[in-house]
Order: sequence, then structure tokens, then C-alpha cells
Amino acid sequence: MTTATTATTQYGLSVDTPPSVRAGEVATIDCKGVYYRAVNDAVRAAIESGATTVRLINVNGQRYIGTGLRGEGVRIEVDGTPGQALAMFMDGPTVEVTGNAQDGVGNTMNSGQVVVHGSVGDVLGYGMRRGRIFVRGDAGYRAGIHMKADEGAAPVIVCGGKARDFFGEYMAGGLLVLLGMHSAADGPIVGGHVGAGMHGGAIFIRGTVEDWACGTEVSVSPATDAEKAGLRPVLADYCRTFGMSLDEVLSVPFTRICPTGSRPYARLYTYL
Amino acid sequence: MSTLLERMATALDGVARAGLPGERPAYREEAPFKIHGGCGLMGICDESGARMTGEAAIRAMAAQRDRGNGLGGGFAGYGIYPDFAGHHAFHMIYHDEQARLDSEAVIKKAFIIDEAEPIPRRHVDSIVDPPLVWRYFLMPHRRKVEAIGLPIDDIVVRTVMGINAGVDGAFVASSGKNMGAFKGVGYPEEIAEFFRLEEYQGHTWLGHNRFPTNTPGWWGGAHPFSLLDWAVVHNGELSSYGINRRYLEQFGYRCALGTDTEVAAYLFDLLLRRHGLPLELACSVLASPLWSEIDRMTAEERELAQTLREVYGPAMLNGPFAIVLGFDGGMVALNDRIKLRPLVAARQGSILMVASEESVLHEVLDAPDKVWSPRAGEPVIARVRRAEEAGAAGAVPLAAEVA
Amino acid sequence: MATTMAQPEFRVRIDDVRCQQCGRCVQQCGWGVYTFDERPMPDHSACRACHRCVTYCPAQAITIEQNPLAYRDNPSWTPALRRAAWRQSETGGVLLTGMGNDRPYLNVFDHLVLDACQVTNPSIDPLREPMELRTYLGSKPDAVGVEAGPDGFKLKKDRSFAAGIRLDTPILFAPMSYGSVSLNVHKALALAARRLGILMNTGEGGLHADLYPFEDNVIVQVASGRFGVDSDYLNRGAAVEIKIGQGAKPGIGGHLPGEKADQDIATTRMIPQGSDAISPAPHHDIYSIEDLRQLIFSIKETTGYKPVGVKIAAVHNVAAIASGIVRAGADYVYIDGFRGGTGAAPQVIRDHVGIPLEIAVAVVDQRLRDEGIRQRASIIAAGSIRSSADLAKAIALGADAVAVGSAALIALGCHLCQGCHTGSCSWGLTTHKSELTRRLDPEWGAERLVNLVSAWSHELQEVLGALGVNAVESLRGSRERLRSVGLDAQTCEIIGVKPAGL
Repeated sequence: MTTATTATTQYGLSVDTPPSVRAGEVATIDCKGVYYRAVNDAVRAAIESGATTVRLINVNGQRYIGTGLRGEGVRIEVDGTPGQALAMFMDGPTVEVTGNAQDGVGNTMNSGQVVVHGSVGDVLGYGMRRGRIFVRGDAGYRAGIHMKADEGAAPVIVCGGKARDFFGEYMAGGLLVLLGMHSAADGPIVGGHVGAGMHGGAIFIRGTVEDWACGTEVSVSPATDAEKAGLRPVLADYCRTFGMSLDEVLSVPFTRICPTGSRPYARLYTYL
Repeated sequence: MSTLLERMATALDGVARAGLPGERPAYREEAPFKIHGGCGLMGICDESGARMTGEAAIRAMAAQRDRGNGLGGGFAGYGIYPDFAGHHAFHMIYHDEQARLDSEAVIKKAFIIDEAEPIPRRHVDSIVDPPLVWRYFLMPHRRKVEAIGLPIDDIVVRTVMGINAGVDGAFVASSGKNMGAFKGVGYPEEIAEFFRLEEYQGHTWLGHNRFPTNTPGWWGGAHPFSLLDWAVVHNGELSSYGINRRYLEQFGYRCALGTDTEVAAYLFDLLLRRHGLPLELACSVLASPLWSEIDRMTAEERELAQTLREVYGPAMLNGPFAIVLGFDGGMVALNDRIKLRPLVAARQGSILMVASEESVLHEVLDAPDKVWSPRAGEPVIARVRRAEEAGAAGAVPLAAEVA
Repeated sequence: MATTMAQPEFRVRIDDVRCQQCGRCVQQCGWGVYTFDERPMPDHSACRACHRCVTYCPAQAITIEQNPLAYRDNPSWTPALRRAAWRQSETGGVLLTGMGNDRPYLNVFDHLVLDACQVTNPSIDPLREPMELRTYLGSKPDAVGVEAGPDGFKLKKDRSFAAGIRLDTPILFAPMSYGSVSLNVHKALALAARRLGILMNTGEGGLHADLYPFEDNVIVQVASGRFGVDSDYLNRGAAVEIKIGQGAKPGIGGHLPGEKADQDIATTRMIPQGSDAISPAPHHDIYSIEDLRQLIFSIKETTGYKPVGVKIAAVHNVAAIASGIVRAGADYVYIDGFRGGTGAAPQVIRDHVGIPLEIAVAVVDQRLRDEGIRQRASIIAAGSIRSSADLAKAIALGADAVAVGSAALIALGCHLCQGCHTGSCSWGLTTHKSELTRRLDPEWGAERLVNLVSAWSHELQEVLGALGVNAVESLRGSRERLRSVGLDAQTCEIIGVKPAGL
């Protein structure tokens, strides 16, 4: 286990240095050269002191920003590249990133909103229960794994770019949307094993998806007009967030991927 | 004689020791345990051949300090010994003087030691009881080499295997030309300080920090693992280690360093140097495409991919991994076939950099032209353009520090 | 029947209250246990506990018990040994039996356990993530020649390397001759092999014409009797297998009595009807290893260089034998351990000759690696693979694939009553009496075989997932993933497996 001992060299982030904070309703925290513990402590302190918006500037690699934070009215703005596990276990606040995020965004998120004006790494929204994640760019591997719906509210992830293998793997509930627009990545809009083990929820992909790319537990079909209409509210919010045209987004057919049953492996087992 | 495990210090106080003075740990047998690593890594290469100090690598590793736990750190630099470009540079770690004498005797069986000296180092508070660290610049002893009758590279491999498996208390950290590995027990920043890494200049650097889950105070277990010009840093675990090792033993390699990453270095040596496979195909052997992907290829592609898989099944690396291999002329970064470990890449001008986290890249490159995440099994290759002969003889221009 | 001192092993017990006197048991029993006089009257001495009557009784009125006859206790002279001595003094005959060794020798598989990944290396979920079992059998070179082309790299054309035989899962059906088993069994095996993407094996009785459409999923065997072997036969099938021996009867040949050789069998074996079909112990043209090489290459020349494998029994110097076979040019070595099954073998040979498969595979695999020739031939392990656990452990010890014979017959209804040699199998498997053979519907049988092999394949995927690998190549030969529990230190060293705890 990492014991964050004092760095003995001139390099790296020093644990002991707290960030400079300009307090108020909008608190600004300069994270340059500051270790994540101090950053997150400062964020919590600012919120406790009454800030409703916390702006983090010069962020590069600090982990666990927004992790475990609660409170509907709280807003965190991240300028730079946040480190691992952004908004993990988050329950209520809004986090907005100007830049790319890394792995583990929104892991087991309970509610709230994450907006990324950039791309995210692997394992986006793992086990998400409620709330929304909007990504302008690409997602990596294993996005939306085991998203689940809870007490009537369902989580939503919308990615504007492309995603890699295991998209929506083991999904149990919620909505996962992939648009494939303005992506710098090459290759198809999504990788292989889409929806493998899916047993709840729905995936919508803008355009078409090859059959072989999907797991064996899903059925793939063109989205009906009614289904596309059902996406309008979420996509309208998404387009507003990123300054895109909803009409353009909805101008092409979408593909719907959903589970064939809620017990995909029922037949696999037997007893003596 | 106490077991290797008993001699290894536990790291309860956060300080690792290399073994009690006066004792000579026997590295002859495979260590009784396999040291698993979780970790962080980086690689940086200036394809123009311009050299940069070790600082870029050090800053990159410091930026991902949380990926390690202070029980292992290391670097490899290429182009660092331009005045000895034709010599084999051996970096040696010795437990004591006797180990040094024994190792030099092995070296002299085939080589002339043109220069030998302790590697310049400085004291670091947290590195207690470090081993002796030496470097040698070797030339083949013509008569002895002729008598052995093997190509020089094979003799180097033999010498390295012989010392690692046969000399008590010694191991070879690196054995390439115009390159060297610097590694030990400590955070990479501390290791860098210990070895005065900022004083070296190279066009390609690899860096690694380690999170071993057993408790070795063992300098040999840190990355990179290096043989000839190959150096490997690895994040993850090779669950195929058992068969990879047995496969390599058929070809004369001895895996004596008790860490799964060792097989990656030797597999690259086998595939690239001895079997002459192109780099891209060696990577597809180690991170093979799935059969379902092979079935979708064109007939000619499929024939090649299937043949490689049939022939090299035991060489496939299975388990989560991100690996960076440094070699004479560049570096390559590679993920496992379903990308279970992170790896991000960036380009800025002639510089290619990879690391376990994107923020690490931003720590070193101020304005990357492109940042991307490589695909599973897809190698990211940097190749250094060879300096003109005339230019190489003189001073290589110092690179402006990569900021 | 003359009075015998060997009392019946089993007693048939019929619940008279439940019995409906339907006579089904009389009809179902192949051994002639039942006569009917107002109700079924069993002759206990004929019962072999095959459970056919039990299964088909509509009233569940029948059960079979061990004959509760008390013997004076004697751990050395067990009742079985006493009965054998009485039978032999009555008849002067060699005791014959069927299926595999039933003696309580140590089972090495049952003392091996597999690793699982935790924390430092995740396990993989085989249900959702790709878990590759595909296996190619055959000789492989150490390295591959490639050349750069305009569209990327391609293979240099090399005549000496042909793609191997593809198996979609590392399981094959073991050789069982048409003659030792019925044609319907062969048909079921062939149908199942095709559906599963694996292979069955003709055994030494030749290939029946009805199976020609399945030839791509068949290995044709050449045994010492050369039954049914001509160039046409050799050219059918995905590979040719030279049978040197089998686990149940190392060192001796096979014997199909003339009574069992009906017209169809005789035609398939290309011998006159009614004559005994004797497979001599050695191939009479193989008295030294170079002769084997000669046979291998003569087959290759005849077949355009199809893969040729060699099947041997696991005996004391199996490692050296296997090395010789590989150097003689075989594309695979099939090792049959001492628990392998048979249609008929002398009990003394079946139960006391040969060595366990686990040890044989381990030493062969290690010897071939020590000599640097492991790539030249695949290893198929057989005798008796009883479950997916045995399958996984055999692969970890070094096998490329396993072959199942007893398990396949059990899937088709065999109850291991060891009565195969009588030709009266109630389940219709090891017999040629048409009233019995028609009891096995090949379609039904194929479905059961597909079920069994599929289930084991899924279980193997679960094991691979727990081991944190997603391709069987990464388990193959990886002794590191096994540990032994309760095995003596020397055996552990011989098979290259550490004791649990290390």
C-alpha cells in the first residue's frame, strides 16, 4: 500500500504542500505541483465553507477528484487532465472537465453528473447506478460495464466519439449511447464483444454495427422511430452541453442493442 | 544457510534493505516465489536521435508515484555511452566483493575488460545498505571467442545467464552497447537520485515503478529486465509465465531472477534476434489476435496469423500487461490482447512518449501534437533515425530539455 | 451351468409389490438374467450390474445389490482373488475382462489442484469474455519464415510445414474399433465429432462405408492386423494413426473372436467372415525404430503427407519411446495410460501392466523439451480422462489434447459393467447382436456426446478464467499452475509439480 511518504527528491508532488485557495461561493484551487490528498481535502474544505462551485486549475494527474462527494448543489470544474477514478462513488454533484480524463471515471457512481470536454480512458461508469456521464470524445475499453438501474432511476452515458471492446458488458440497466462523431480514433465506431453478458438496459449506437461485434446475449436491430424519439430528451441535453445540433445527431439511423433475456446463462448449468 | 526468503527484509517500516552485510544470498536457484508487480511505466524516444537528460524520465516516473509502493524502481537509457559505443556495457549489481571477483572471472572467459568502475552514485537517505553497483566496458577477446565458436551475442547471453544463475550474490542489470539499466529497491525518483541519472543523456529512456506484493528487498526484481540491447518494463502479470519459461528453457535461456517479466525480455531476444521476425510480427506473437479475428482476415493474412499462433503458442503472453521494450534503434509499446492495463501515447515533434497515465505525458510534453490510446495488441513503435557517420564521431548536439 | 465355487457378485432384488409383471426386464437384459414364470425370475450369477433393467423398469421395482455373502475377512486374499482362482481352476482359462483398470492404484489427478488468480492478477470471466480452446495438432517448426510484401508481411512458402489438424476444443474421441463397438456407436461418434469440430478414430477395425461422408472428422488407424487398410482407406480421414499399443493391454495384441466378426465387420476389416481377427502384438514390420520411420513415411508418401500419429501404451520407458517416435517423424504421439479401456483384454494385463497417464505425459513432455524437439509432435493424452478437471490437469502437465473412450461410452449408456468381451452388452454398445445394437440411435447418441464434450469445454473455460488466461495455449505445459496435495516428493519431482504451499 502506498504510504505517501515525503518525497526525498526534487521531483514529484509533495504531500505536505497545500494548494492555494481563493475562497468564496466560487472557490478556485490551484493544483499545480499539489498531491491529490491535499487537493481533495481543499475541495471538501471549500464546500464545507459554503462554496457551491469549486474550480480546480492546473490539474494534471491528481486522483480521486470528486470521489465520494455528496450534495446535489455542488459543482466541480476541472481544468486539465484529472487522474484516476474521477467522481467515483459520487452521489449528487456535477463535475465538468476541460481536457481528457483518465481511467475509471464515474466508477460506481450513485448520482450526479460528469461532463468531459475531451476523451476518457478505460472502465467508464463501471457499476453506475444513477446519474449521467456525457463525454464529448472517445471512450476506451470496458465502458459502461455492469451499469444498473435502481429504484426506477436509470443511469445514462452518452459518448460522442468511438469506443473499444466490451462496450456495455454485463449491463443490467440504464442507457448507453455512442455517437461516433468527431473522433480522432481510427477503426469502427465500437470494438468487439458489445453487450457481452447483457441482461438489462439498452445500448444505442449511431449508425450500424457489425453482427460479429456483439456478444451472444444480445439482439441487434435498427432503432425504431419511437425509440429514437425516446432518446431526444437525453440527446437534447447532450447537444446543448457541447454545442451540437440535435437534428444532425438524429439525422441518421441508430442501432439498438438489447438483451435477449434477463437470465442469459440459465441453460448453462445442471445439477446432480 | 538461510533461505532467500528469510534473508529478504520485510518492508514494514517502509525501508527496504538489500540483505544483511556479510551474507551472500544465493540467486542460483529460481527464487522460491514469483514476485508479482503492479506498476507504472513510461518510455520516451526522440526519433531524430537527439539526446535528452534522464530528467524527462525521472519527472515522468515521479508523476505516477502512486502506481508503485517504493519497493522497486528503474530506468534504461539508450545512447548514454557514446564514447564507448562499440563496447558491451555491463551494469553489475554485487552483494559483496567476492561476488564481484567471481563475476569478473566469468566475464574474462570471453571478454577483455577495457574499463571497470563503480557506477557513480550519491547517497540517498531512504536507500539503506545498497549493493555494490559497477559498470564494465567490454570487448570480445578474439582468441577466446574463436575457441568458444559462437556468435558474440550468444556469448553475451551465455555470460549473463551464467552469472545470474551461477554466481552467488551477483546479477547483470544490463549487457547492451551504448545503453544501460539503472534499477533497485526504492521509488524511481530515489533510484534516479542514487544513480545520478540526470547526468546521463540518451535518445531513448524507459522508466518503471513497482508495486510488488511479496516483500523482497531485492534489487534484481526491479524493472527493467535487460539482455543485450533489449530492456523491458512491464505493468501487469504474466499468467502464462509457467509455460513461457519452460519454452524458453528449450532454447537455452535460464530464468533465474524470479520475476515473470524476465520471460518477456528473453522472448523478444528469441523472436527478434534469433528467429529474425520483424518487430510487428514478434508483437503479434506475444499479443496474438483472437481466433475470431483471425477467421475474419483475408486468406493470406489468416495463413500467416494462424501459422504464427500454431508455432508460437507457448510464447504467447497471457494475463494483463502493458510492456515497453527498448532496443538498439528505438522502442515499442504493447498491450495485451484485451487491454487490461492502461497505456497512453503522445507525439510532439520527433518525440514519441508512452506512459501508464495521460497526465504523465503532460508532465513532460508541454504541447503534444497528438495524444491517443493504443489498441489491444497493437504495437506503438518509435525508430531512431541513424545519425550520419560523420555526425556520430563528433559531439552529439545536446537536446534542449524536454519541458 | 455346472456348479461353480464363484458365487454371484450381485443379487437382483425385485419389489414384488411394485412389479407390474410387464416383462420389460426380460426383454432388456442382454445377459439373459431373467426368465419369466408369472413374474420375472432372475439368475443372479448372470447379472453384471449394468442397470439396464433398473433404468427401463416402469415401476422402479428393481434394484441390484452387492451379494451380501460374507467371506472370512482377508485383505490379501480378497473375495475377487478367491473367485478368480476358483474360475481358473474350473476352466483353465485366461481371465478376460473389458473397459479399464479398476484396481485402487493411486490416481495422480486426484492429488493435483489448480491455481486461481486473485488480487495481483484478475481472473477472467469465461461467460462473457473470449476464452479460446482452439487447438491445432501436428508438427510445428521452431520458427517461421516471413517476407515483406506490398500489403504487409506474408509467409514464405515452406513445404515442410503444413497447418495442423484443427480441434475446436482439445478433446478427441479415442479409437474404438468397429468390432469392439457397434456401427451405431461409430456413427454417433462421427456425427458428434463433426458437430463439435473435433475428431473420432476408427480404431483398428477399419472405416465402414457409412462413415465416408464424415471422413474429415475421422482419424484412420493402422494397427498390426492392418484391418481395412488400403490406400483408399489411408487417404480418407484427417490423419493416419499407427497403433503400436494401448493402455489396457500393453505389449499384447487384440483378439476379436470369429463369432463377433459378422459379415459387415468382416467386410470392413477386409477378412473372411467368421475368421478370428487377430491383431498381433507387434507390427511384424516394425522391429526397430527405423522401421517405424519407414512405415510413417510410406504412409505419408501414400497420402500426400497427411499428418501421421503413433499411439502407444504408457510403460516404464515411455519418455525414451516417445522421443524415438518423434524423431521417426510422427506428427503426434498418443499416450494411453494404464487405465485406458478395451473391448477385451486379459485381466492380468489390464490391471497390472503399464503406468499412469499423468506421469507418462509429464515425463514425455519434459523429455521432448530437454531434447529440444517438443514442437515436432503434439501429445494426446488418454486413459481414463474422467472429467474436465482431468482434462485441465492433463493439459497443464503438457498434453496438447486428450482423448476420451470410456467417457464417450458412458455418455452413450455404458455403466462400466466390464462385460464388453461377451458381446452381449445390454446397452447395445459393445455388441453386434442386432436386437441389441438397435438400442443405440446414432442421433440420440450424438446429441449425448455433444452435450458431454460441450459441458466439459465450458468447464475448461471456467478453469482457464480462474487461472487468468484466455487461451488454452497459456495453460498447456504450465506446471506452475498445478500443485500437489498428498503426493510423495519424488513423484512431485518426476512430474514437475510443486507441493501446495510452495
